[in-house]
Amino acid sequence: MNSILISVLVLGAIGVIAAIVLFACSKKFAVFEDPRIGQVSELLPGANCGGCGFPGCSGMADALVKGADKGSLEGLNCPVGGAETMGKVADLLGMAIANSEPMVAVVRCNGTCANRPQIAEYAGLRACSAMHACGAGETACGYGCLGCGDCVNVCQFDAIQLNAETGIPEVDENKCTACGACAKACPRNIIELRKKGPKGRRVFVSCVNKDKGAVSMKACKVSCIGCGKCEKECPFGAITVENNCSYIDFKRCRLCKKCVAICPTKAIVAVNFPEAKKPENKVNETNNNEGKEEKHED
Amino acid sequence: MYGVLIALLPALLVSFIYFGIGSVIVCATSVAACIFFEWAINKYMLKNERNTILDGSAALTGILLGMNLPSNLPIWIIIIGALFAIGIGKMTFGGLGQNIFNPALVGRCALLVAFPAQMTSWPVPGQWMSYTDAETGATPLAIMKQAIKNGDVSTLNELPDAFSMLLGDYSIGGGAGTIGEICGLALIAGLAFMLWRKIITWHIPISIIATVFVFSALLHLANPIYADPTTVVLSGGLMLGAIFMATDYVTSPMTPKGQLIYGISIGILTVIIRNWGAYPEGMSFAILIMNAFTPLINNYVKPVRFGETPNNKAS
Amino acid sequence: MKERRRSMKIKTFMIGGIHPEENKLSHDVATQVAALPQQAIFPLSQHIGAPAKPIVNKGDKVKVGTLIAEAGGFVSAPIYSSVSGTVFKIDTAIDATGYRKPAIIINVEGDEWEESIDRSTKLELVKDHPELTPEEIVERIKTAGVTGMGGAGFPTFIKLCPPPTAKAECVIINAVECEPYITADYRLMMEKSDEILVGLELLMKAAKVSNGYIGIETNKPAAIELLSRKCATAFANSDYQVTVVPLQQRYPQGGEKQLVDAVIGRQVPAPPAIPVNVGAIVQNVGTAYAVYEAVMKRKPLFERYTTVTGKKLQKPSNFLVRMGTPMKDLIEACGGMPEGDNKLLAGGPMMGKALTSVDVPICKGTNSVTILSGCEARRQEQQPCIRCAKCVGACPMGLEPYLLAKISELKNWEKAEQEEIVSCIECGSCQFTCPAHRPLLDYIRQGKSTVMGIIRSRATKK
Repeated sequence: MNSILISVLVLGAIGVIAAIVLFACSKKFAVFEDPRIGQVSELLPGANCGGCGFPGCSGMADALVKGADKGSLEGLNCPVGGAETMGKVADLLGMAIANSEPMVAVVRCNGTCANRPQIAEYAGLRACSAMHACGAGETACGYGCLGCGDCVNVCQFDAIQLNAETGIPEVDENKCTACGACAKACPRNIIELRKKGPKGRRVFVSCVNKDKGAVSMKACKVSCIGCGKCEKECPFGAITVENNCSYIDFKRCRLCKKCVAICPTKAIVAVNFPEAKKPENKVNETNNNEGKEEKHED
Repeated sequence: MYGVLIALLPALLVSFIYFGIGSVIVCATSVAACIFFEWAINKYMLKNERNTILDGSAALTGILLGMNLPSNLPIWIIIIGALFAIGIGKMTFGGLGQNIFNPALVGRCALLVAFPAQMTSWPVPGQWMSYTDAETGATPLAIMKQAIKNGDVSTLNELPDAFSMLLGDYSIGGGAGTIGEICGLALIAGLAFMLWRKIITWHIPISIIATVFVFSALLHLANPIYADPTTVVLSGGLMLGAIFMATDYVTSPMTPKGQLIYGISIGILTVIIRNWGAYPEGMSFAILIMNAFTPLINNYVKPVRFGETPNNKAS
Repeated sequence: MKERRRSMKIKTFMIGGIHPEENKLSHDVATQVAALPQQAIFPLSQHIGAPAKPIVNKGDKVKVGTLIAEAGGFVSAPIYSSVSGTVFKIDTAIDATGYRKPAIIINVEGDEWEESIDRSTKLELVKDHPELTPEEIVERIKTAGVTGMGGAGFPTFIKLCPPPTAKAECVIINAVECEPYITADYRLMMEKSDEILVGLELLMKAAKVSNGYIGIETNKPAAIELLSRKCATAFANSDYQVTVVPLQQRYPQGGEKQLVDAVIGRQVPAPPAIPVNVGAIVQNVGTAYAVYEAVMKRKPLFERYTTVTGKKLQKPSNFLVRMGTPMKDLIEACGGMPEGDNKLLAGGPMMGKALTSVDVPICKGTNSVTILSGCEARRQEQQPCIRCAKCVGACPMGLEPYLLAKISELKNWEKAEQEEIVSCIECGSCQFTCPAHRPLLDYIRQGKSTVMGIIRSRATKK
């Protein structure tokens, strides 16, 4: 009986001393953290993808609170949570929400196995960065997609998958959060973050080849030859041709699709538009209301 | 992997001759069980497309495990040992190349702790047709432990002489032990083969044997109840451990200097555990302990970098 | 144990190294002069440093030895036409990097040389030319566009003017040719030994040193004997001390740092240190010959000795080829591309660059065109690393390739820098010895280029 009593007393005393020490430490060494940071963190998706440009969601919460104190949330956007989340955060912090358009990752290459013949077999490490450092790749186009899936491996949202038949990655626009990881991973800067567009409709040049027209046509059937017809045709001045390659500025494009019709090599792609009424002159449009981006296969 | 298996053949064949059908059953069961478990885990738990049983590592683990067991061990215990060795010692860490501890030793020590009675009954050589009913006797290690406990030097007179320990003592009443430790000469032949084929380098086996020899020589000179160094080196699983178990690629350090540190530490630990520990055999535990230190050794002992050696004058 | 290599009779470098099969198929094939191509392609970037700037236009007529592109900066070199004809266009062409790069393309007409070039075969000696001061020699080398002929392509004149912190003590001629298959340097030594020794003397004079070494591997006994004999007579009564150093056969003995270690026993510290920091200037034997031609014959660099070889090739040969000749011409001269899958390499099988086109031209650094058959070149299936440490034993820089490859795979760039990944010379010894066929060098290359990019951006931020 005695030994039990002594044990209880000793342990009890240790417990009390420990409690006092812990209490004193928690008071003396307390770090003040703005409680709003924790509240904002709760509202953020918690994916820690880095798409906002900060280290994880806690870094973003910190930046948002600092921004609120400075008076504006300009430049701060969580692409994963989107407008909904930003709205909730703005309400919590008592601020006006910064306006931003939904973006999506766009793979600007249509050099599928059918369009771009294979001229060599690459037997090295199957990673786009390694293949890019080794040479032009397995085709004659030194700018096109290498098809090893560095972009697929880096996506945290399972939004980009390599199509086994075409060899080109395809973005699922419902899952894509435009965090930009795939664009950074691509060694050839083929993937670009562009505006999603109304009803998901967008027009872009599906080629980044900077070789002269004759050379790029030999490498790939649907390459941009830099002829400039699209630049002349565009009524909004959204297209520029530089280094034998055309580029559509998504901020100016009004989706009229005149460039799509005029392109001689069908390098310009329009996505999510309804089926053409007159089949003979609107060969390029895709009929796609499902939300999955499709590529042309000529 | 297959080179090591060839190097083990002399020791294996000699052991079969000495221990008879029991040893064949033990080794065959061990190999079969190890291969089976690796195949099953790969196929059903990990769902790998390519099964790794053909690279020879499961078979090697099986043979080494078998050679660490007494030849009268029942089959069901061997199978449990193989499950431990492959399942826990190798596959949980990620398969080939990822394990921290030597799988055969993990299996052996698990069995030693779980089935101490069966694992410490040593059949005496020369009984060809007996398996689980073989007559058992004391091993040289047990005799040396007894001498230390009693403090009586005359106990050591029961030990076989060094020459017969090298060749394997054939007489009833001497030279009992695990299947693999019976014939030092066959193991040395295996070492010579592996050195010739450049499968392993000399650092680990020689440093272990040399350290044990020197340490036990010092002890023997200080107090004769400790056996003489030649007997110590040839007894127990020291030769088998130094040549085949400690030199396992995956669990040993990557640089020659690191390997020497590893070997010397194993030698010291073996002698300490043998003389002052609870178990008569210290080799398996010493190797397992040093396996845990291998990542640390790899981290701090780096190869000599080009440009760091002092420069000579132009010759 | 390492000290044994130092005291052995035939020297070699201290750490690591491997012994691939020699395959010197064209060892005894005398050099033939390659036929002139129909069209010569001159990529503007054939050397380390800024690309050259073209000074000719479409339609211009050029002769052999006409300047067609001037140096694009300090670390750069001019390019001279190796053919006479008309400039067809200034366009892009596939070069040894595998990509289309700017190049000058010339249609070949005839074989008219510039008058300033001395085409005689008379051996000019340094002692007969008192006007050749060290500065004059360097100037002539610079004007002639001589770059490293061993493959790297570093402008030679820069090596001869070391930075003020380093003092040159000797010139080492790299005649090692440690890569399998390649025999161009060996044939050059056998056929132009006198000129090479004059070239060496010019290099020693320009660098203001009196010690010279010629490192040759023991698999070329005839060359060792020939050059030793000629050295004895050529430098008998001069102030220069030139020794032919036979070296043990071991790859990568031809690496600058390994050669300096083998010949004079000094190890160059980690980058940014270079061999001249331990007193050695290393030049390829082909560069020594080019220096002779540039200084004594006023002949700019436009042709070179190249081996075209491969087990399946009908006639592995050595050529004296004009730069700009497409590889396919040489391959045709050797009997054509073999049947089946082939791997075309600019260089040797260890450090050569795999190409996807036979139209790639011979450039200043193309010492060989190697054709490996599909079964020889194809990699075996990768297996997990069994930590056998064979790569650690093979690495000539004392690194741990298994660790660097793993760290690069996991993209841990800080740890990669700590483990000295920038010291890697990309020789491929680790990947060659790995029994599990792991692509060690592929990962390490990725890691090294990323870490070097990080270091560069750190330096520019400061």
